[in-house]
Formats: sequence, C-alpha cells, structure tokens
Amino acid sequence: MTRARHRIALLRIAVLAVAVGLLEALCRTGVIDNFTMPPPSRIVRDLLAILASGALIPAILKTLGNAAIAFVLAVSVGVTAAVCIHAIRGLREALDPLFATYYAIPVLAFYPLLIILFGLGDVPQIAIAFMLGVVAVIVNTLNGLDRVPRVLLKTARIGRMTPLEIALQVTLPYAVPYILTGVRLAIAYSLIGIVGSEFIMSKGGMGFEIAFAYMNFDNATMYPLILLILVVSITANMLLAAWERALLARRGLR
Amino acid sequence: MATREEIAPAARVLPGRDSPAAAPSGTAHVRLRGVTKVFTRPQGGGDVHALGPIDLDLITGEFFAIVGPSGCGKSTLLEVIAGIQGPTDGEIEFEGRPIAGGVPDGVGVVFQEDACFPWLTVRDNIAFGLRRSGLAAGERRARVDRALEMMGLTGFAKSYPAQLSGGMRQRVCIARTLVMQPRLILLDEPFGALDQQTRLLMGEEVLRLWRETGATVFLITHALDEAAMLADRIGVMSARPGRLLDTVKTGWPRDRDSRVVADPRFGAVTGRLWDSLRAESLKAMGRP
Repeated sequence: MTRARHRIALLRIAVLAVAVGLLEALCRTGVIDNFTMPPPSRIVRDLLAILASGALIPAILKTLGNAAIAFVLAVSVGVTAAVCIHAIRGLREALDPLFATYYAIPVLAFYPLLIILFGLGDVPQIAIAFMLGVVAVIVNTLNGLDRVPRVLLKTARIGRMTPLEIALQVTLPYAVPYILTGVRLAIAYSLIGIVGSEFIMSKGGMGFEIAFAYMNFDNATMYPLILLILVVSITANMLLAAWERALLARRGLR
Repeated sequence: MATREEIAPAARVLPGRDSPAAAPSGTAHVRLRGVTKVFTRPQGGGDVHALGPIDLDLITGEFFAIVGPSGCGKSTLLEVIAGIQGPTDGEIEFEGRPIAGGVPDGVGVVFQEDACFPWLTVRDNIAFGLRRSGLAAGERRARVDRALEMMGLTGFAKSYPAQLSGGMRQRVCIARTLVMQPRLILLDEPFGALDQQTRLLMGEEVLRLWRETGATVFLITHALDEAAMLADRIGVMSARPGRLLDTVKTGWPRDRDSRVVADPRFGAVTGRLWDSLRAESLKAMGRP
C-alpha cells in the first residue's frame, strides 16, 4: 500500500522533472527564445533575487494579505450561510437556481462598478475575490450537510441538543471533508479574484506588477511573480488536500 | 403441560386480552392511550395511516418486545415513545408526565443504523452525551471507563468507528446510551445488521445490562426468537396501520440468558407469536 503510494509519488516527481527539464532545454537551445520566456532555472534565480532585494515585498504582501482576507471571509460567511440556508427549506429552494448558474456569471465584470462604489482601493478587489469564492464554499457545505445520516440527527435530538449545538457538534463536523473541498476552491478563487482585479486596474500588488512588467518586456520580474503565485496556490491546495485525505481515511472512506 | 398452559395459550383468555397490553401489575412507566400516527405526504396523494390506535403500558423495570411485519409502524411507535415524533392523536406519559415537544430526560435510544460519529474516537463517541450533562470530568471519565469495560471496548477507546466491526460499533452506541443512565431504554432493531451468533451474544449483553441497570427496556425486532428469548412480555403488531393484536407473557426468570431457547416453553412462545403474525405478514406482502 505505502510502497505503491511511494511509487506514484516518485512517478509524479519524475513527470514534473521531465517537463521542467524539457522546458529548460527548449529555452536554452533557443527553440523558445529568451525574449518570450527565460529558462526555468533563470526564473527561479530571478525570483530569489526579487525576494532578496525586497523591492516587491510590499506588492507581494498586499496581494497575499488581500487574498487571505477574502479567503477567510468567503469561508466564514460561506459556511454560516450554508447552515442557515440548509435550515430553511424555502430559502434553499429559492436559491438553488442561483447556485447552479452562479459560475456562469463573469464576476470580474462587476469590478468597475465596485470601484465606483468603493474607490480604487483594496475593498473592490477583496469583494471580487470574496464573491468568486463564497458560493463554492456554500455549495460544497450544503452538499456535506445534505449527506448527514438521519440517525445522527435523531441521536442529536435524543441528546436534546439545540439547533446551534447540532450544527457545531454534529452536522458541520460530519460535513468537514466536503467543506474542505469548498475551502480549497476558495483559496484558488481568492487568488484569482485579487490578482485578476489587480491586473485590470489597481495601484499595486502582484497582479499590477506582473501587468507592469509585461508592458515593459521585463521578463525578469514577470515570470518570477507568476511562479510565486503558482507556488503559493499549489502549496496551500496540496496541504488542504492532504488534510482532507487524512480525515477521509480516519472515517474509512478512502 | 401445566406450565405450558400457564405461559402461552392460556394468556389469550386472560382478562388482559381485550385491552391487550394494559399493565397486569406493577406501575406503568410508560402509558400510551389511543396513540395514532398519520403521515401527510408532502406531494399530496392522500394520508398514510401508519399507526394505531394503540393502548400500551410498559411496567417499570420490565423487558417488553414488539414484533410485527415489516412496514407496520414499529419504528414509528418507538420514535413516538421517545418523543422524536409527536403522535397525531392520543396521549403518551412517561413517569406520569405527558411527552410533548421533545425527548424527555431519562430516555435512551439505540438505533438499527450505525449512529457512531465517524470523526470521534470510541471514547469520545461514548462521552458525547455526557459532555453536556454538567457532570464533573472525573465522574464522566469513570462512567465512560465503566461502559467501555462492560461492552468489552476498553482496548479500542482510542480507535475510530471505521476501524471497528459492525457489532463493535453497535456496542459503542449501546455504551453511549448506557453512560447517560437512562431509566427507559428503547432499542430499534439494534442487532438487525449483525450475524446470528453476534446477535445471540449481544442479546445476552442486553439482558445483563437490563438486570444491572434496572431500566425498563422496549425492544423492537422482526426476529420472533429474539423477542421470545429476551422479553418478559411481547406485543404483536398488525400490518399497517400498526395495532397491537396480542401480548404474550414469556414468564422467564429475571436472570435468564440465551439458553432459554432450549426450554420447551420457548417453542410455545414463538409458536404463538407466529400464529398471530403469519396472517399479518401475508397482508404486509400484499396477499389476502
């Protein structure tokens, strides 16, 4: 079992190494010219240089900080909203079509409107990221709450628990693996929301710096920042996925 | 022969027959009068008369079993007694007080389905209800330790339910009920999902707990031999709408165990139960 898992992990690392190696080779031999993309080893070196110089640290902190705020808001509001929506059958039925079509709405299109309302600051960007993430949390939390076995609810009633106690001690703990799926999406969406809106119009942040570097053919800034966003997003996602796997394994579900 | 008369067929003509389950002696721990349950289908299409009217007295400290064809409303009856569902009509009293709008204190229920919380260890599962009981931590720990020992789960306190067999998970649920020290224990086919040998042994466990706790036990089962082996009295329910057709007194001594199945009177009890149930089971299957 663990041996098989080790083999799969090795295989994945090998695939990644081959892909990066190939890219490196293509860049170094000039098939991909350095004006389009520097070799990966160069990107890593540039990234380390950027981090060491500290010049872009405020931009990085602004983006990651805003993404973190949007993420925390999306998860806390999303889980709370899901519990309320789940408790009120009529509300659930009224909102289901909205949830089903929500991601057909290009939320970023509301960005100019939000700038008019709140000014060109952090608020419209956090709002966009929050709007992108919150519904993923709601939908996945509802999915988990729907699956709570009736017998656990009956057990809670025999324990004469209040609705709040039932939510905190029975239904939400049961739903945690499903909620985590929404949480992972919320991480990705909050980064997309923040970086995307910084791209469109902003006074700073990683998205702004990437766009600025792009305009100025500054590959030594653009590619490292893209790499940094990738690393942050993928690391956070993988950590949560590992936690999710551990929870499911403990429950005998995987 | 005389003893045989005493326990089974003769009971049919005893005065209790017409008000089938009125308490012959002792005090009523639970009293049901004219209890009915009608379900309204949410999509329309008429009501379903699931239960009753039922009159029933559970005597304090007795072991009462209900048998009946599938779908006859046995579980509904249990949930009404537990206060999980309200009756459509009729009255239920527990310890002299009407059950209304919720589960009364002192009632414990074990369900057929696995009711373990999969995210909690065995110990935390058993302690679940105690957390809110206001008892001191030491007393809670002592009760959980005792329940773990009684149910043979001591070595598994730190395991998660997914690591246990079905029988052990059911023992966790029984232990969780026991630590609350209920005065009325309702068992809804708790061994339905277990194999025959495990069922017999779990039956002995329940008998032992019943003796040691002095609680009133109300067991729902579809297995006639299980009812005949465990109970002091057995109520036979009709096909839907579930009514009590007959109550049978077994007359076993209090310190019995599964070996009563070898007693000749055991056959008389199950025979009488089957006598009442056969026609109802055919009805439940849709035959005349």
